Amino acid sequence: MSELRRRIQGAVRWEVGLLFALVAVVLFGISTSSQFLTSTNFFYLNLSIGEVAIMALPMTLIIVTGEIDLSVASTLGMSSALLGYLYVHGWSIPLAILAVLVVGAAAGALNGFLITKVGLPSLAVTIGTLTLYRGIAVAILGPQTISTFPARYTDIGVTALPHTGGYVSYSVGFFFVLAILFGIVLHVTPFGRSLFVMGANDEAARYAGIRVKRTKFRLFVLSGIVCALAGILYTFRLSTAVQDNGVGLELTVVTVVLLGGVSIFGGRGSIVGVVLAIAVFACLQSALFLTDFEQRAMGVVTGSLLLLSVLIPNASTFVRRGREVLRRRQLRSATAEPAS
Amino acid sequence: MTTTADTPHGVATPGADDSRRIVDLVFRVREFGIVAVLILFVLVTAIAQPRFVDASNIQFILVDTTIFALLALGQTLVVLTRNVDLSIGSVLGLSAFLSADLFGHHQGIPIAVVFLAGLAIGLVCGVAVGFLTVVGGVPSLVVTLAALYIIRGIDVLVVGGGQVVASSLPNAFIEIPKKTLAGVPILAVVVAGVVAVGAYYLRSFRSGRELYAIGSNPEAARLAGIPKGRRVFFAFAASGAIAGVAGVLYAARYGTIDSTAGSGYELQVIAAVVVGGVAIFGGSGSVVGAALGALLLQTILSALYVLGVSPFWNQAIAGALLLAAISLDRGIELKLSAMLRKRRAVVDV
Repeated sequence: MSELRRRIQGAVRWEVGLLFALVAVVLFGISTSSQFLTSTNFFYLNLSIGEVAIMALPMTLIIVTGEIDLSVASTLGMSSALLGYLYVHGWSIPLAILAVLVVGAAAGALNGFLITKVGLPSLAVTIGTLTLYRGIAVAILGPQTISTFPARYTDIGVTALPHTGGYVSYSVGFFFVLAILFGIVLHVTPFGRSLFVMGANDEAARYAGIRVKRTKFRLFVLSGIVCALAGILYTFRLSTAVQDNGVGLELTVVTVVLLGGVSIFGGRGSIVGVVLAIAVFACLQSALFLTDFEQRAMGVVTGSLLLLSVLIPNASTFVRRGREVLRRRQLRSATAEPAS
Repeated sequence: MTTTADTPHGVATPGADDSRRIVDLVFRVREFGIVAVLILFVLVTAIAQPRFVDASNIQFILVDTTIFALLALGQTLVVLTRNVDLSIGSVLGLSAFLSADLFGHHQGIPIAVVFLAGLAIGLVCGVAVGFLTVVGGVPSLVVTLAALYIIRGIDVLVVGGGQVVASSLPNAFIEIPKKTLAGVPILAVVVAGVVAVGAYYLRSFRSGRELYAIGSNPEAARLAGIPKGRRVFFAFAASGAIAGVAGVLYAARYGTIDSTAGSGYELQVIAAVVVGGVAIFGGSGSVVGAALGALLLQTILSALYVLGVSPFWNQAIAGALLLAAISLDRGIELKLSAMLRKRRAVVDV
């Protein structure tokens, strides 16, 4: 019981920390530019984070089970390229969307198959599919840029949801709906609990009768579908399908998930934390954008955030290890003295 | 799991000799297998398109392979310890720009100094990555993924919109990849020498063997008194330094360097290393295999180009090869352990 309470307290502390970080980032944004709090900026902020936020949800579940999916951005890129390719080859948009979602599911299924059936580490498999899926995007589009999508669909990417006062984009609307669903699944259902068990101890979960492999397989398929959806939204937002859509977004997705307090070793994390982390990241990105920060160097900020979010939870082990070394040295000098 | 090429301390179980012979054989077969595939590929392509085996095309392939073979050497050291280094493409890019930029700012700077500068830049990056991985206790995947983007971001900030162009580089520097000895690029000979040194180190030095031990079973390695942290740190530092030198070679090879130089190289190098038989779980493989993997990958890409396949397929092919190689390894591993178990059972009876 005390273990449980300790855990809850630990989690709550992390999320409280994120709340403070959010306030700090918003204050930073206000101080840098008078534009920060305007509805236009808020809407752009929505647009810039929507797809990442959506992809972070299945990633959270996957990391909680102790696996990782580095192929998310490539799946997004492949979906975008495929949507463009099918559209210029005369497919209607709804049919093309359906096909893209099916291909996304297949992409996830390939990951899941290699990880659960062949028994390979998810890191190696998804580095491979990161290359493969991006390679397929490059192969089907080549140097082409497709930007003739009908306005009816591209409007989805650039207009606000009705009745939100122009604040919320479609992508973030999708994200909120999905976040609630994922939150309920992860934190309220037995299925969600089983994910934590798997992440904490794979073997124990198996002995407890949890179908570890089947569950992980399904999670990767889910991730593929959700990334395909993100790819469709991405394409409509930019009204463009090119081969390098979303390159490097896997870093941002992994960063927001780990910043949200999900343990990279599995077994710990919450959707609330991830949602807060997404808000922090989006506000920071927007504030930096308003200060004319070189956008292509955003990786420095994102990468540093990623390092911080894994180093901070480890800080206590860090200190303990340092103390151990010191104590061992003292012991050694103490035992060495009588000998000399 | 333990499939090191040879067990460092002789195990006194009956049948150990037999097992060792089988394991040894599998590894020989792997390297011969790559060479066989390579020869087959060259033959088939040469029949279809004779200009593939032109002296100039072969020289091109060899020179392109040198950069990847060097990077594969560094990556092998890291992967052997059950880690991964995703930052090498960015390190290469940063080093390529900064070292080539030296020529513009310091007229008549000796080329050797530029190579040392590249080495130093890479070493700094590798040391930082190794420190965070070992002391921070964070999985190398996360650290090097972050480093990939941080170093690339620094590169973007340093380079800005500019670039180094070939005309600003001294001729002697640009000529390095073009020099040949009896038709073989000197660079390829030098890199082959470096790979041989690496192979000798891993085979015959205590610290080299310990890299295998760490990758086979980190906990057992620690209990056996192997300074695990120090070795892993060394592997990352070496990988960074090698990527730094590879950056200087990149500058000499291509002449034009902007802030995207070397992006995505880490994926090709990991593909080459894994195709070359280095287990992604760590603990087994050789640098010769990794270098052969790099050669095979370059040859395949070049052959497809000569055969008229669009280079837009390159990345997809590298990815597919990577997946095929790790799946194949897994299959071999399962077969092998089943076979060894059966042998041991027979001996016990």
